Amino acid sequence: MSTVLQAKHINKYFKKPVLFHVLKDINFKISKGDFTSIMGKSGCGKSTLLYILSTMDTDYEGELYLNNKLITNNSKDQLSYIRNKHIGFVFQFHYLLSEFSVLENVMLPAKKLGEKSFQEIEHDAMQKLHILNIDHLAKKRASQISGGEKQRVAIARALINNPSIIMGDEPTGNLDSHNSNNVFNIFKRLSEEQGLSLLIVTHDEDFAKRTNRIITMEDGKIIS
Amino acid sequence: MTNWSVILNIAKTHLLTKVKQTIIAALGVTFGIGAYITLVSFMTGLNSMLDDLILNQTPHIHIYNEIEPSKKQPVAMYDAFKNSVNVVHSIKPKLSQKKIHNALPIIHYLNNDEDVKGAIPQIKANIFYIAGSIEIGGNLTGINPLDEAKLFNFSDYVVKGSPEMLQKTDNGILLGAGVAKKMSLTIGDRVQISTSKGDVFPLKIVGIYQSGVADIDAIQSFANIKTVQRILGEAENYITDINVKLHNMNLALPKAKKIEQQFHLTAIDINTANAQFETGTTIRNLITYAVSITLLIVAGFGIYNILNMLIYEKMNDIAILKATGFSGKDVQYIFMSQAIIIGLIGGILGLLIGLIFTNIINTIPFKTDALPTVETYPINFDGWFYVIGITFAMVSTFLAGYLPSKKAKKIDPVKIIRGQ
Repeated sequence: MSTVLQAKHINKYFKKPVLFHVLKDINFKISKGDFTSIMGKSGCGKSTLLYILSTMDTDYEGELYLNNKLITNNSKDQLSYIRNKHIGFVFQFHYLLSEFSVLENVMLPAKKLGEKSFQEIEHDAMQKLHILNIDHLAKKRASQISGGEKQRVAIARALINNPSIIMGDEPTGNLDSHNSNNVFNIFKRLSEEQGLSLLIVTHDEDFAKRTNRIITMEDGKIIS
Repeated sequence: MTNWSVILNIAKTHLLTKVKQTIIAALGVTFGIGAYITLVSFMTGLNSMLDDLILNQTPHIHIYNEIEPSKKQPVAMYDAFKNSVNVVHSIKPKLSQKKIHNALPIIHYLNNDEDVKGAIPQIKANIFYIAGSIEIGGNLTGINPLDEAKLFNFSDYVVKGSPEMLQKTDNGILLGAGVAKKMSLTIGDRVQISTSKGDVFPLKIVGIYQSGVADIDAIQSFANIKTVQRILGEAENYITDINVKLHNMNLALPKAKKIEQQFHLTAIDINTANAQFETGTTIRNLITYAVSITLLIVAGFGIYNILNMLIYEKMNDIAILKATGFSGKDVQYIFMSQAIIIGLIGGILGLLIGLIFTNIINTIPFKTDALPTVETYPINFDGWFYVIGITFAMVSTFLAGYLPSKKAKKIDPVKIIRGQ
């Protein structure tokens, strides 16, 4: 299986308020189609690691490879492009643009990428919404739908550019068990049916147990 | 890489969902620009009217023979006293003729000059207006009425009758309004003129002259050159003054210097003769621009404030845009384009309001005896003011948008996302 994401000797320090070694020599690989979760106690550095992997945090030591290409030390604009094209995000909070309609929210990253025509993007977006069973919400404002629906819209948005990997920072942390289950099933289906790689940071043990692989972290190190 | 249609679409959505704020920000610019256009058009209109009052009828170069002492006293020419200090008491002006020697060839020469729009002769004569036993001192100027009208807007100051009438009437006179009032005379009446030599001539009044300066109107009258020559008993080449109008007023000083050297005459240029008008105009312009710029800066701060608040409100949106692949520059452009759209809409509305206001002011009656030609408040409809106005609106909103958008560009998405 080809490697989607690889971290080599990642070290990170927080300099304020005192020097603190958050991540200590992190090494791991994620292959295509992996459904991986990262577990660990609060403060063990799992979210910090995720934001480094996401390319949004560039203040670290070590090397990061995406599709076997080194992306450490790329320029900010290049990293923006990589995030746009290759990485999809789902956060604990929905983070939709509340003034835009659901459909526009989903279409936005694709419009930014600008590789397809407006009609194609709209068609893709409708298709993603359909996969997630929320196509009936397309014309609604993002501020007018429920929490579970918002999270599904966020997943649709993460999928719009057919990314290499989807990253989630506690995507179910803010949802009740029904919706949480729902989101898990969506991820599972995407992983199995479309061979999508997923990397999810979570507190939820039930969620983690059902994934293919669990990375457990403690005090800035991977212990299993 | 920058996808403008997406950026503009986001900017548009931001502006439209906050319509009230957008309108308030745009109105700030609108009032600033509107006030600038109104103020500057009105002030410069007033300025040029006041300047025209004097400058239009003033020649750019006035050439005449000055009565003055010889610059080089005879003793200086005597070699024997060359190395001594000579003191001459009670220097008297040199006796010279009032008329300009070879005036007609000089006028011909000047008229052939490329820079000269026209050079026309005048004769100045001191006379008395006789009303029964009363003699009123005055000036009679001999002119070519049609040339004067063409070059120096002379007809603006002829309130009754016309320069053409003077041209046609051999023994005609354009009487100063003040003189006419004092002597209760009007068009068609006759007035007796006495020269300093004592000869009396009757002249027919063909018009009334009013410059707006009461002191001048109380003494000044005009007649044809030939009439004045005849009254003074002088030949046809008797010319005391030459008035020159140039195409470019700024050449007046060097040209005057050159004429002085070339013909050994006194030549005064308009800037030297009317230095105070330049000063007045400059200061009035300064005040106009100071007030306008203040207005625009206030409007700029309004936009700065509103965008700043907008960016605080949109922190999460900015973070999510960056997380999904919008670069810092894209985010900056989103907010910059909002500022520029506000500036453009506000600015154009401001120009329209300025245009409407100035048109209204232009119809308000403004009658004054001092300015016979003015009927409404003067407005200067100069296109440049509109260009400057919109440019300033764009520049100030650009600056007001630049600083907040720079902040938006630097926002670290990780901090915002993890902070919740």
